[in-house]
Amino acid sequence: MSEEISFELNGRPVRVAVDPGQRLLDVLRGPLRLTGTKDGCSEGECGACTVTVDGRPINSCLFPAPEADGTRITTIEGFLDEDNRPSAVQRAFAETAGVQCGYCSPGMVLSAAALLEANRDPSDEEIRDALVGNLCRCTGYVQIVDSVRAAAAALRGEA
Amino acid sequence: MSGFRYIGKDTPRPDGGDKATGKAHYIQDLERPGMLFGKIKFSEHAHARIRHIDTSRAERLPGVRAVITGFNTPQVRIGFLRDNLALKRDKVRQFRDEIAAVAALDPDIAQEAVDLIEVEYEPLPAVFDPEEALADGAPLVHEFDARGRPVESNLVPLPCQHRTGDVDAAIRQARYSAEGEYSTPLIQQCCMGTAGCIAEFDTHDNLTIWAKTQIPFLAQRDYNGALAAMGLKGKNARVIVPALGGGFGTGLDTHAYEYIAILLAHRAGQPVKIVYTRQEEFAYLSPRQSARTRIRQGCDENGRLLYRDVEVLQDNGAYVSWGATYPTVMLLPVTSLYTVPNVRFVATIAYTNNTYCQAMRGYGNPEVTWAIESNLDDLAREAGIDALEMRLRNCNEPGESTPMGLKVTTCGLRECLEKTGAGLEWKQKRGQGSAKRRGVGLASLIHTGGGGRIYRSDASGMILKLDDFGNVNVFHGGVEMGQGLHSSLTLALAESLGVTPSKIHINQTDTGTCPWDVGTHASRGAFMACKAAILAADKARAEIFRLAEELFPTLVAKNLAKLRKKRPDYEAPAFDVQAEAKAERFELCDDLIFLKDAPDEPWLKVDLAQLIRASHYRDQGKMLTVESFYDPPNELPNFETGVGNISATYAYGTQGAEVEVDIETGEIKILKMVAAHDVGKVLNPQTLKGQLFGGLAQGIGYALTEELLTRDGRILNPGFTDYKMPTVHEMSFPIQLEIVETDDQEGPFGAKGVGEPGLVPTAPAIANAVYDAVGVRLHHLPMTPEKVLAALQAKHGSAAAT
Repeated sequence: MSEEISFELNGRPVRVAVDPGQRLLDVLRGPLRLTGTKDGCSEGECGACTVTVDGRPINSCLFPAPEADGTRITTIEGFLDEDNRPSAVQRAFAETAGVQCGYCSPGMVLSAAALLEANRDPSDEEIRDALVGNLCRCTGYVQIVDSVRAAAAALRGEA
Repeated sequence: MSGFRYIGKDTPRPDGGDKATGKAHYIQDLERPGMLFGKIKFSEHAHARIRHIDTSRAERLPGVRAVITGFNTPQVRIGFLRDNLALKRDKVRQFRDEIAAVAALDPDIAQEAVDLIEVEYEPLPAVFDPEEALADGAPLVHEFDARGRPVESNLVPLPCQHRTGDVDAAIRQARYSAEGEYSTPLIQQCCMGTAGCIAEFDTHDNLTIWAKTQIPFLAQRDYNGALAAMGLKGKNARVIVPALGGGFGTGLDTHAYEYIAILLAHRAGQPVKIVYTRQEEFAYLSPRQSARTRIRQGCDENGRLLYRDVEVLQDNGAYVSWGATYPTVMLLPVTSLYTVPNVRFVATIAYTNNTYCQAMRGYGNPEVTWAIESNLDDLAREAGIDALEMRLRNCNEPGESTPMGLKVTTCGLRECLEKTGAGLEWKQKRGQGSAKRRGVGLASLIHTGGGGRIYRSDASGMILKLDDFGNVNVFHGGVEMGQGLHSSLTLALAESLGVTPSKIHINQTDTGTCPWDVGTHASRGAFMACKAAILAADKARAEIFRLAEELFPTLVAKNLAKLRKKRPDYEAPAFDVQAEAKAERFELCDDLIFLKDAPDEPWLKVDLAQLIRASHYRDQGKMLTVESFYDPPNELPNFETGVGNISATYAYGTQGAEVEVDIETGEIKILKMVAAHDVGKVLNPQTLKGQLFGGLAQGIGYALTEELLTRDGRILNPGFTDYKMPTVHEMSFPIQLEIVETDDQEGPFGAKGVGEPGLVPTAPAIANAVYDAVGVRLHHLPMTPEKVLAALQAKHGSAAAT
């Protein structure tokens, strides 16, 4: 039943056996040992399982694992600077109180990063549009939006 | 107060980096060698006798390691009144009742096996409305109490009431009165990390359980009771708390799934993990209770409050958790929000066949504040007095003793009211409503700010273990749920001990290593931890300075000798270290020990690590470990009379809303919120803001969108698709925070607890703004467009609401 797929995961090639009905989320957290991606609702509503596939943020709980074949996937663990230190977006979340319980944070960071990849100077409304698929119960989102703004400034070299 | 080195400064939280990089470990991420996965068979009826359970097909499924029911395991009684069983035997009383469970090699096999379990039921008449449940002839949810005594009604035997003065006389005497009925719905706490645990036994039958709990030490007590019930009397449960993924009250009770994991692990002889899916969490984890409140308030011709008369009916659901004690917290606003001389409060709690409820942030306070503050606006209008002015005339003041016996020490309520009024431009905007459909409104709160004694001990212990490298290893029983406890604690220790924050390492909360703490609830976490930290730091400093008296002169002599090797011509200033080295003359700051009166020379400073090593590595050496145990000056109230100074200090606040109401769709649009909170003293601005913004967002959900819907006891919206908690879009209005510092005398550095206040007054502030905008009073949360439209139509007839 299972098939072998290959893809680029956090900059390195991987090969893994997956079942046709398996979710990308379970493959990442299971055989690929990357638990930074969180399961928050299993129905694509909360965004805790966000990863990027070919640069595009997706809910890995809804993404069939076989479709990962041949793609380039980045999880929160791969979203670090060259020296394996937290990236600018992660630093901004950590330093601007974009993080509380932290369960939504990996997904938030990846959604924010995907936005900032395309737009280094987003308006607050653009930030909110990018994060609307990521639920957070702790922060009221205020300091998450602040964090994305701070990350954008850092990426523009203003921080 | 000023001059703090760390307190009050914006500081990134210590766990922020791990969480932003996916390195924090939640129960979902933990594994143990040989670990199995558990799944539970839940009831398919709201009320039914269990006739027969057939587990034979589940037993035969490959990969299954254990199948348990209430009939092949010891009976484990659980719950606040011990009225619940981990696995049900006689009957089911709610849809989520646990009937059987499976441990298997993976969650899919476990679920498949659960689906193969067949249960034969004899359905029984059920009751889903608390008023009907208390009527004569209603089906009994429990025929017997935990001790086997017959029960005659569905009344939960937890009386809570209060009487001060003569309310009936005050009603006759009042010039103006207002009354109303208000209700609040079931709310799902919606922790982003769902509930779960791992249970593991060693060969001595001692248990280690990784639990998503806010009460590790009360949980230990509960689990030890379960072990005794399992025939393992005297065995111990060690409770370890992973990163929590949010708590919001869900961790204030121990849960059937935890006992089931314990039973499965013991049966299988392997560790067992149970983690709820989101759908399970919605359907099978206890939500916030619903409440119906009848209220009457009255005042004299000057708007002075004369009485407050409140009756609350709570739908408890099928079993009693700590959450059934909400009325003990309702007592605070009912008796003590604004100055009221005559108060009557009666809370009635009914068993029903609905899902049983538990704690959530605010713990009864938002439920009654919704009624009190909505009704107060009606009373002000009745009296022809401006609603803000009415509140200012009745404002609590420092030094006041309230009907409940609360001792008001510091109180920033007046300032909170004034700042909220200013933030809303009250004078210009209030009462301008109907034309523009815009309005402003406000509401206030009181809550425990200095611990909350609802248990015999309200204490919190701390151990500081200093090591050879100058690290301060902290062992504390409080739980970091995401609120920022470890941030406050780090700053408190750095400040009071005199070490740099990077030297402070807070260990995982673990009943095996940490001293006792009653739990992280009642907004007590930071207050208690920081108080315990200050006490522990005082002890550590005394010990450090005593050691310094002995060791410091030799250490600085060595420093000087080293310096002279490098700089032979160095002339030391005249300073008699030996004579000066008295404990009381030392100071410790940023990891360095020095004499306060000494010249500012580097060689005259000794690193804390250097001193510890000097104490350690010598004949009959010793290490430095200190402990503290802080028990706040508050009282366990008598809940049958509703009197007792439950907290060492009280938090106050006022929130204001400016709204626009769409009279065609009924939609309430929030244009602005003002949140003014008396926090005593800011410990870390960014974590404080997180608590207040986050609380306010939960208040917005409570006010406008959130409701766990049920029909005949079944949860109808078990997921984020149909249960609407606020997204970033619902939170796009500006929030003006007004932080009021009252420098509390008991609070650590002057601080009060701030965990819960953020959501307490949000809904009535919005409702009062809606009235100001369109002249309708909403009584039932959430204030959906349908309810707003219905209210507008009731006011204006079915024609256009103009």
